[in-house]
Amino acid sequence: MNDMRTVERAVDNTEARITARDVQVWYGEAQAIRDVNIDIPDKAVTAFIGPSGCGKSTFLRTLNRMNDTIPICRVLGTIELEGENIYDKRVDPVQLRAKVGMVFQKPNPFPKSIYDNVAYGPRIHGLTRNRAELDEVVEQSLRKAALWNEVKDRLHAPGTGLSGGQQQRLCIARAVATSPEVLLMDEPCSALDPIATAQVEELIDELRSNFSVVIVTHSMQQAARVSQKTAFFHLGNLVEQGDTSQIFTNPKDPRTEAYITGRIG
Amino acid sequence: MTVLLLLTILAVLAAAGYVLGRRRALAVAGGDPKQLHSLPGFYGWHTAILAFVPGFLVLLLWLVIQPLVIERGVAAHLPESVQADPAARQLALADVRRVASGLDVALSQGALTEGAIAALDASATDLRAKLGEVGVALGAAVSPEVLAAAKDYREATARAATLRAVVIIALALGGLAWALKRIAPDFWARNRVEKVVLWLLMLASLIAILTTIGIIWSMLSESINFFRQYPIGDFFFGLTWSPKFGGGSELGFIPLFWGTIYITVIALLVAVPLGLFAAIYLAEYASKRTRSWIKPMIEVIAGIPTVVYGLFALITVGPFLRDVFAQPFGLGSSGSSVMTAGVVIGILNIPFISSLSDDIINAVPQSLRDGSFGIGATRSETIRQVVLPAALPGIAGAILMGASRAIGETMIVVMGAGAAAKLSLNPFEAMTTMTVKIVGQLTGDTDFHSPETLVAFALGMTLFVITLCLNVLAVWIVRKYREQYE
Ligand SMILES: Nc1ncnc2c1ncn2[C@@H]1O[C@H](COP(=O)(O)OP(=O)(O)OP(=O)(O)O)[C@@H](O)[C@H]1O
Ligand SMILES: [Mg+2]
Repeated sequence: MNDMRTVERAVDNTEARITARDVQVWYGEAQAIRDVNIDIPDKAVTAFIGPSGCGKSTFLRTLNRMNDTIPICRVLGTIELEGENIYDKRVDPVQLRAKVGMVFQKPNPFPKSIYDNVAYGPRIHGLTRNRAELDEVVEQSLRKAALWNEVKDRLHAPGTGLSGGQQQRLCIARAVATSPEVLLMDEPCSALDPIATAQVEELIDELRSNFSVVIVTHSMQQAARVSQKTAFFHLGNLVEQGDTSQIFTNPKDPRTEAYITGRIG
Repeated sequence: MTVLLLLTILAVLAAAGYVLGRRRALAVAGGDPKQLHSLPGFYGWHTAILAFVPGFLVLLLWLVIQPLVIERGVAAHLPESVQADPAARQLALADVRRVASGLDVALSQGALTEGAIAALDASATDLRAKLGEVGVALGAAVSPEVLAAAKDYREATARAATLRAVVIIALALGGLAWALKRIAPDFWARNRVEKVVLWLLMLASLIAILTTIGIIWSMLSESINFFRQYPIGDFFFGLTWSPKFGGGSELGFIPLFWGTIYITVIALLVAVPLGLFAAIYLAEYASKRTRSWIKPMIEVIAGIPTVVYGLFALITVGPFLRDVFAQPFGLGSSGSSVMTAGVVIGILNIPFISSLSDDIINAVPQSLRDGSFGIGATRSETIRQVVLPAALPGIAGAILMGASRAIGETMIVVMGAGAAAKLSLNPFEAMTTMTVKIVGQLTGDTDFHSPETLVAFALGMTLFVITLCLNVLAVWIVRKYREQYE
């Protein structure tokens, strides 16, 4: 019950954007997430860390109901976005995902031009009124993703023709273009070189002023650099959560300490 | 010794080679397979291959060459005049072969003995009647020359068969012995065997290619014959198709081409939307369970013979279209029409297009759909804007393949659209296609020297080129599509 106290303190600190209570996720008969309770604060970056296969991606995907696309996946418990249960029947997962955007581990640009990739979200949600506004959104999004200078001369070349790192930044620009309230990022930097990683981290830091960001990462340094809150997952359990500085300097759970110092993982 | 028996002997020797080779390899290694370069089985295979393959290849070659050699010898018995004229020579040699095989039959039924055959005299006995009794019908009485040639033919064949058996068995035994002798711990049997397998694979593909070349060659040479007798410009640009076997035919290709294109377009208009929608439903919306019974059911349609579709066109679709559309709108009163054939060919093509497109849509990576869902796109937006554009080249390939199937369809056209070549825009009029006319020009009494018959080859060649281009285009598009995700 140690966890609960931490949660209460976190709620005290900042307003929670997302609150998850007793969340369980099952793939068929196998349980991937066990009774997770967590608050995702507004205007802050939360990092999910933990060894491979512990359920970080799975939990991240429950936050915008991406698990609905997997037929055998069942989610129990409640997850509230601004007080509304997102698993309620009246919630349209499509509209939810417009508010809670997602960037995936593997870059997945659409087989369209760079411009159309970024304009995809604004177009389907009708966010802009004319071409000039759309151009503006595309440019701003690409700038935020630190990609503008590299592609401004070939906006109409196919997005699949970019390098892996550029593709990933394109996907970030695509997610940013819909101006989501929460941005979920699943190991967004695993395909990037150190320079691009630094740019994306800078971007994440900027995004924090408008959005709430959740990032899954395998890099302790990255979690320490970009996040204000950290949650450590182990074997489907949320073992420990709290301020990033506290988790990294003064972990309470021995498993957290072991993972951070590189003894399990 | 018959060929079948020889093949059996070869197979038995090969099997023995396998066992012996394996055993010898183990013996050479002192019972420890680790001493060998390859697994003992490979030594067995190597021996078996050397026992079988050389003999088998020589046998094949022998079977091709033997008749040529024997016929050359036998032809010496024929009169000079016959030998000089290739066509007459061919006919006479066919007679010789028939008489020779007739004698064999008579011998096996006991109507003649070997001695009686040697003593046969064409002028004294009525050989035609005699062979008729044992069930071998001959076109004309047997002349002394043909009889002499036939006797010679039988003897030469018998001698060749004996020689063949000796040579081939010797080869097989030699190969076997040689392979056994080569077995040693550092002999690379595995690599040898794999090389032979590679050659086999190459041979298989070579045979497919050679057949294609053979088909093209036969069509091309007859087409050239045709164009020697009929101006090429009149064929490709002629607007009338009216073959008259008395001569003075007009063999214009345009009406047939038009009929082909018209029917194909209608077929695609039916098959593409239906097939594509079915594929989208199957790939994107249907649950696993629904899919597992709908997909096989759609594919069953593909297994129905086209002649059955033809009946459907003739009895159901044709009259229906006539009574509901053609007559009320004053567009004609014919049951067979371009529309009938087009619609039915379209139905035939639905499973083809849907099945291919379904596979292609399924091959679009899930990550693209996730990406689109992750931005808050609906399923249909994702399909329209991400999945279909990604699958489009592949789907285009499927459609082109469907088109070349429609172009090549014959049975449904005969039964649904008729056989009258016509240039008309009215889809409720009877028209016909190239394939139907190819069949039409080649059935009945044919004379392979008249343009009316040879035109079939020119049509076939043109059809071949058209479908080849479509298929090449389709393959090219599909390949381009594959690169996108690799
Ligand atoms: N689609 C699925 N079907 C069945 N089981 C799944 C599926 N996706 C994930 N799992 C299982 O759920 C558990 C958690 O997986 P998850 O992908 O969430 O791990 P992760 O923490 O993101 O790991 P990584 O760091 O390697 O990305 C694993 O045991 C995995 O095998
Ligand atoms: Mg993961």
